[in-house]
Amino acid sequence: MEKQSSGLKQVVNNGLLGGIISLLLALVGMVNAFGKSYIVSDVITMAQVLMLAPILILGYNAVTRSQSKSTVVLLGSGLLAGLVGGLVLAVFIEIGQVVNLRAMLINASPDLYKLLTFGLPIQLGVLMLVLASVVSGGIAVGIYLLPARLRRAVVQAFLWVSVLGLLRNLFVTMIEGWGPVKALFRWMFAASGVTPFAAVVIFLVIGVIFYWTGGTPATKSKRQLTTRQQRTARLSAILGIILIVLFLPRVLGIFFSEILDNVGLFILMGLGLNIVVGFAGLLDLGYVAFYAIGAYTMGVLTSPELGFFNLTFWQALPFALVTAVLSGVLLGLPVLKMRGDYLAIVTLGFGEIIRLLVLSDWLRPYLGGTQGIQQIAHPMIGSLEIANQQQLYYLIIVAIGITAFIAWRLKDSRLGRAWMALREDEDVAKAMGINHVTTKLMAFAMGALFSGLAGAIFATKLTSTYPQSFQFLVSINVLSLIIIGGMGSIPGVLVGGLVFMGAPELLREFAEFRYLVYGALMVAMMLIRPEGLWPEARRRLELHEAEEPIEDENPQDVIQDSGL
Amino acid sequence: MLRTWRQRVTITDIVVWAIGLAIAVIVVWGTISTLQSGKYTGGTWLDLTIKGLALGGVYALIAMGYTLVYGILRMINFAHSEVFMSGPFTAVFLALALGQSGYLDQHPLISMTLISLVSMTVSALIAILLERIAYRPLRNAPRLVPLITAIGASFFLQYVFRGLYGSGVRAYPTLAALIGFWELAGVRIYKTQVVVIFGAIVMMLVLYGIVQWTKMGKAMRAVSEDKEAAELMGIDVDRVIVFTFGLGGASAGAAGILYIILFPVVNFFMGFIPGLKAFTAAVLGGIGNVPGAFLGAMILGLLESVGPNLFLDGLGVINPSQLKDAIAFIILVLILIFRPSGILGERLTDKA
Repeated sequence: MEKQSSGLKQVVNNGLLGGIISLLLALVGMVNAFGKSYIVSDVITMAQVLMLAPILILGYNAVTRSQSKSTVVLLGSGLLAGLVGGLVLAVFIEIGQVVNLRAMLINASPDLYKLLTFGLPIQLGVLMLVLASVVSGGIAVGIYLLPARLRRAVVQAFLWVSVLGLLRNLFVTMIEGWGPVKALFRWMFAASGVTPFAAVVIFLVIGVIFYWTGGTPATKSKRQLTTRQQRTARLSAILGIILIVLFLPRVLGIFFSEILDNVGLFILMGLGLNIVVGFAGLLDLGYVAFYAIGAYTMGVLTSPELGFFNLTFWQALPFALVTAVLSGVLLGLPVLKMRGDYLAIVTLGFGEIIRLLVLSDWLRPYLGGTQGIQQIAHPMIGSLEIANQQQLYYLIIVAIGITAFIAWRLKDSRLGRAWMALREDEDVAKAMGINHVTTKLMAFAMGALFSGLAGAIFATKLTSTYPQSFQFLVSINVLSLIIIGGMGSIPGVLVGGLVFMGAPELLREFAEFRYLVYGALMVAMMLIRPEGLWPEARRRLELHEAEEPIEDENPQDVIQDSGL
Repeated sequence: MLRTWRQRVTITDIVVWAIGLAIAVIVVWGTISTLQSGKYTGGTWLDLTIKGLALGGVYALIAMGYTLVYGILRMINFAHSEVFMSGPFTAVFLALALGQSGYLDQHPLISMTLISLVSMTVSALIAILLERIAYRPLRNAPRLVPLITAIGASFFLQYVFRGLYGSGVRAYPTLAALIGFWELAGVRIYKTQVVVIFGAIVMMLVLYGIVQWTKMGKAMRAVSEDKEAAELMGIDVDRVIVFTFGLGGASAGAAGILYIILFPVVNFFMGFIPGLKAFTAAVLGGIGNVPGAFLGAMILGLLESVGPNLFLDGLGVINPSQLKDAIAFIILVLILIFRPSGILGERLTDKA
């Protein structure tokens, strides 16, 4: 009896949580922002997905937690969770009809109520909303009851349709650049989102593909190949990626090339910060400082506006890098003895100091103050000036290639292993004869080097630098991309950068909420999957190994071991 | 002897001491040349001092949140600056409503109490939710993990409040009773500043009393000393931690009201800089130490207010007050290098 009531409480809690999350999404304006972006043309909007997805997911959670074998109990808990979630939204709408919430909550507008009630008359709409929530709960049960293989296929197919629908603009722009797929895209995409017929087809195709491959895990199918076949497979995959990377700006055009450039600069910084945070475990929140130093050195040395040196890009680049590295070492020296959280705050302070100095009237004659520095030189190769975004793309790709290669080679080198040893346990590492001074300084210097390089390219890309470009938020962007991608994992940085820096640029509606989403993802990541989405193998082992002793009878020892 | 000296002093120490010495020389030189130039009168200095003490009072109350949580969990609650922001950013709606109905000017004391209560409640609630959702599951995780969570939570909260209340700036209605100043020996002392200093001292005494003389305070100190032993003595550690977050949050909410008396505008980003400064203050006084937080905050407030004019003006720096935040952060770096335990803190081991 008692077990049943606690089960009921669990279901209601999940439903409430789902309702509250979806209400929060509505109140921060996300539902409003996506109100007009259809996933399936004229059928489903992103707003509706945002509204009902939390209820569905938490409903699924409730069903999983109920651990019952009886279909009736499962169905009951799914539907109940959905009902509770829907009621939360319904109560909010009813209150909104009586009280003007808009004086305080700016998004509680008539538009929002209209969206939440599917554009129907209010009372009917509320009823429909509750019904839709209950149906979502029911769908959750349905998904739970499917065999695992089919479940994965359905979820994947749904994700694919959503992503294609959301990124419609990207694909439609590609039509102009690339003829062959024109007919296909014309058929697939409506004015907003995917056409209903295409949605069904895509859903089925992706579903079938995943159902087929789902049975045999990738590792198994790989194992069936001989080593030589494996090597050719890998080689052709790499060649394919290289070809795509080389022709991407041609296909996508100028506008998307600029987005790629921005993403590339973040990846470049991410690779650098990955060395400091991921390899060496030094949480640096002032990473933007080196970016600023690289950009400003480039500016001061090349801009005829200030007229100090008038160097070319290539002459100034070594100076920019050296300045960045020196400031990295300079920051590194005093913070050598600090650990973890203190280090984070001090580096944050350092980043702010640099920004304030750059902004100050005091250094205005040298650094331009609020007006920044203009007329920064473009790089020249022979007589070719690398000026437009498509040409810069290749410069950035080369920089990323070199950086990724260095990072990859460093990782398993003597230095890389020393970094990881320091990260895991400083005292033991010191006892093993690792010189913690040079090792840590090398991490700061390498990180600063890549960030300085990114800064120098950034300066030449804009041909100007302003203090506003070097906010604390830049550091947070880079940090969140390596944390979500997977600390210490180079592919994690590459994929994380593409996804998390690309998404806000491609989806303008999303851009406003990027920090909200990053923040939530960072918290969720640490709670659920601290190794990141594309983790490094060793890190994953460490983190999951660390979970076991927590179950131990003496948790205090674990705390002390982990450096608390 | 020479050998041991050489063994002890490394190149890092030399560089670090050189940095410290250089800054000391700059400060002394700057002070002397400012005072010699005679640009500012005694009245100006007194004015800046009072301003600094008022700021220090606000920092002290925010710093309490950092210090209490650090004392118990040995973690820096990076999202505390958002706890501070949430209170006054929510209470502004009550203040505006009261201001429109005219109640604010008729009963200023009751109104301010109501506004403060709302602010403190909201901040405390956010702090408790933060602990429950984000920090509690990670209590035994490696220490980088809760820190990253805190950073994520900080940005999440900032942008949730931006989404809820808008990205614009909202102004608090001015309280007629607090307009104006008293003239004392030719120096203007603004009523707002006096109220803030007084309010901060009262709040600090209340907090000190709670920590020192109530049963819950005793439990807090016990948990801070040794979590396991406290649990064995029958203390509900989870409840104590929730109470600590609540207390720190309420204190931040009160700080928020004092802050808006000094600077009557609120926005979603208002917590970042004061939060960072309050953290500096907590470290300066010795983190984990309640009187230390107060002392550190007052010193920081003074240095920030008087410092730019005193240290930098004589060096020919234009608009030195632009660099007041930089001074605060440099102080933070210097304390952590030379005296990481702070002024009143006991010597921390390397691990703490």
